[in-house]
Amino acid sequence: MRKALSANIVEIRLFVVLMIMIIGLGLTTDTFLTVANLTSLLNNNSINLIWAVGLLVVLVAGGIDISFAVAASMVQYLAAQIFGVIGGGNWAFGILTAGSLGLGLGLINAALIHGFRIVSIVITIATFNAFFGLLMFFTKGRSIYTLPDWWVDRIFLFEYQSASGVWSELHLSVAIMAVCLIATAILIRRTNIGRQLYAFGDNPEGARRAGVNIALMQAIAFGWCGMMAGIGGLMQVNIAKEVVPNALYGRELDVLAAVVLGGARLGGGRGTVIGCVLGVFFVAITQNGLNLLGVSPFAFQMIIGATILIAISTSNVKIDMSSLLKRPQKKLKRGSNNDAT
Amino acid sequence: MTLLKRAQTAIGTENLFLLGGLAVVIIGFSSSTPLFLTGSNFGSMAFQLPVLGLLTLAMMVPILSGGLNLAIIFQANIAGLALASVLIKFGGAEAGYGAFALGVLAALIVGALSGFLMGLVVAYLGAHPILASLAMMIFLRGLGEFLTKGGDISGFPPFMETMGHGSILGVPIPLLIFLGVALLWHIILSHSKHGFSVYMIGSNIEASEYSGINTRRTLIMIYTLSGVVCAIAGILMAARFNSVRVGHGEALLLVTVLACFLGGLDPFGGFGRVAPVVLALCTLQALSSGLNLIGANQHLATAVWGLFLIGVMALRWAAARLYLTNNRRN
Repeated sequence: MRKALSANIVEIRLFVVLMIMIIGLGLTTDTFLTVANLTSLLNNNSINLIWAVGLLVVLVAGGIDISFAVAASMVQYLAAQIFGVIGGGNWAFGILTAGSLGLGLGLINAALIHGFRIVSIVITIATFNAFFGLLMFFTKGRSIYTLPDWWVDRIFLFEYQSASGVWSELHLSVAIMAVCLIATAILIRRTNIGRQLYAFGDNPEGARRAGVNIALMQAIAFGWCGMMAGIGGLMQVNIAKEVVPNALYGRELDVLAAVVLGGARLGGGRGTVIGCVLGVFFVAITQNGLNLLGVSPFAFQMIIGATILIAISTSNVKIDMSSLLKRPQKKLKRGSNNDAT
Repeated sequence: MTLLKRAQTAIGTENLFLLGGLAVVIIGFSSSTPLFLTGSNFGSMAFQLPVLGLLTLAMMVPILSGGLNLAIIFQANIAGLALASVLIKFGGAEAGYGAFALGVLAALIVGALSGFLMGLVVAYLGAHPILASLAMMIFLRGLGEFLTKGGDISGFPPFMETMGHGSILGVPIPLLIFLGVALLWHIILSHSKHGFSVYMIGSNIEASEYSGINTRRTLIMIYTLSGVVCAIAGILMAARFNSVRVGHGEALLLVTVLACFLGGLDPFGGFGRVAPVVLALCTLQALSSGLNLIGANQHLATAVWGLFLIGVMALRWAAARLYLTNNRRN
């Protein structure tokens, strides 16, 4: 128990802050803790969460992926073309197509990173520009509105009408999100490959000498991230009902901020799925709360930025938890100090 | 071979490599279109380069120190906003030189302050620079949206147009500003104590701390100076577009990182010089101008920039391997 506490100090701290926010908003507004608000929070953040767990695997393996959001756009466009040619399709086929297209794009990143031994940030910034430029060039910036019916029709998992007549529902994307979350958690926490990913992220050379296949690690990390990007892209179309080539441009940095806020370490070897969930919902609930409290929408981003700045500042302050948890200080230092390197 | 070796030592391997790349690009385009090797094309290139160039210089020093500054675009925007609001207060298009000087001062202070704050978070709280600058980026973007409500501010005095579009002795003023800052950057990095500390911190921050380098002060200085250069870029953007809008130049953010890596900066920090980065910028500009002349658009140019970076990195990898095997044989 103590070990779990000291190992996941960022997540626990974030969880406490989030709980305080939820209780505070529940008491100050009468709209926050309603089924309608909570389900819409889940619906609106399912896509970000799918991307977040994909990015998490890359961060755990010591890399970074800037290209996944434009990769998702590329998958959307390619998938729309494929569905158009085939004429029809269904969800199973759609997820398979989008997942494998995304996987392919992720593997391109992995192949370049491993093949030429270049750091992932350089390659993914290059592929970010290449993917986006090619996509905008071939689509000429035009959106696609004629999409197969199954893709844009809403599927409700759950519907509920409150006493005042407000409908609330959960979309299919929430179920897909849950599956992605569980699959990622199993991959990185419960399998041998997951342990290897953490080891590789913490110390690549050490892992290599211990017999970890680093080419395979890069392929799994970036392939998984690409696959999640593809699936997230597919679900985003289901919500937006159109394919806009530059709609997802810039989302990568917002997702990155949420994931790192949730305790994943830039530099590898640390991060959990729970942390991703907390990070994404920390940003989402901040925005939702500001909205419900009647703050001007123009101020949202400013306050969120300031909140993240304060959150990272306080999470890096070295509070001496060792006396509290009665653990040697050395252990704690590894957990929190290394975030700076 | 000896000639090549002599050139290598005189200019530097990295510069020679990039000069070769630039030459290939120029020869390639001039053989495919007669419009490339003309004065007007080089003139327009010289006007387009400086904004990206200044932003790249602002990105460069944080990368050298082993970090990254993702807030540069919005630092530039907010600084431009500060200049614009001072000018508007003094009558917009009728504002005089005094108001402009005051506005420039305000812009520089805003840029420096935002950088200083980021440096403080990085240096004293040990936050990762990517995260600190990302949060600063989101904050500044929000601040800008809050202040402008998403609109743009325009109506500047006519002499600002001269600054953005004029020339002195045939050299565009923006280019002069860029080259001046680049030269200053080179002097700071190669010949000052601060520059030395930047390289040392980029190589190994703990070792430099134990060697008596004030790492915290250096880190704060790095981000403050980066903010100042962003402010200069913001002023230039206001002069060139004759308006200030938050989000102007947003697409340039990752291009500046690309230019830095193309210029041979080590992504982990510690190694890299100003001259190769300037050459890399010229190559990128030549690529995009050339592609525009043969009828492609900016989006294809963006894609080519990305592919070009991959190509250059692959060549570097091949060159390093060749060098290694050659040395082993000897």
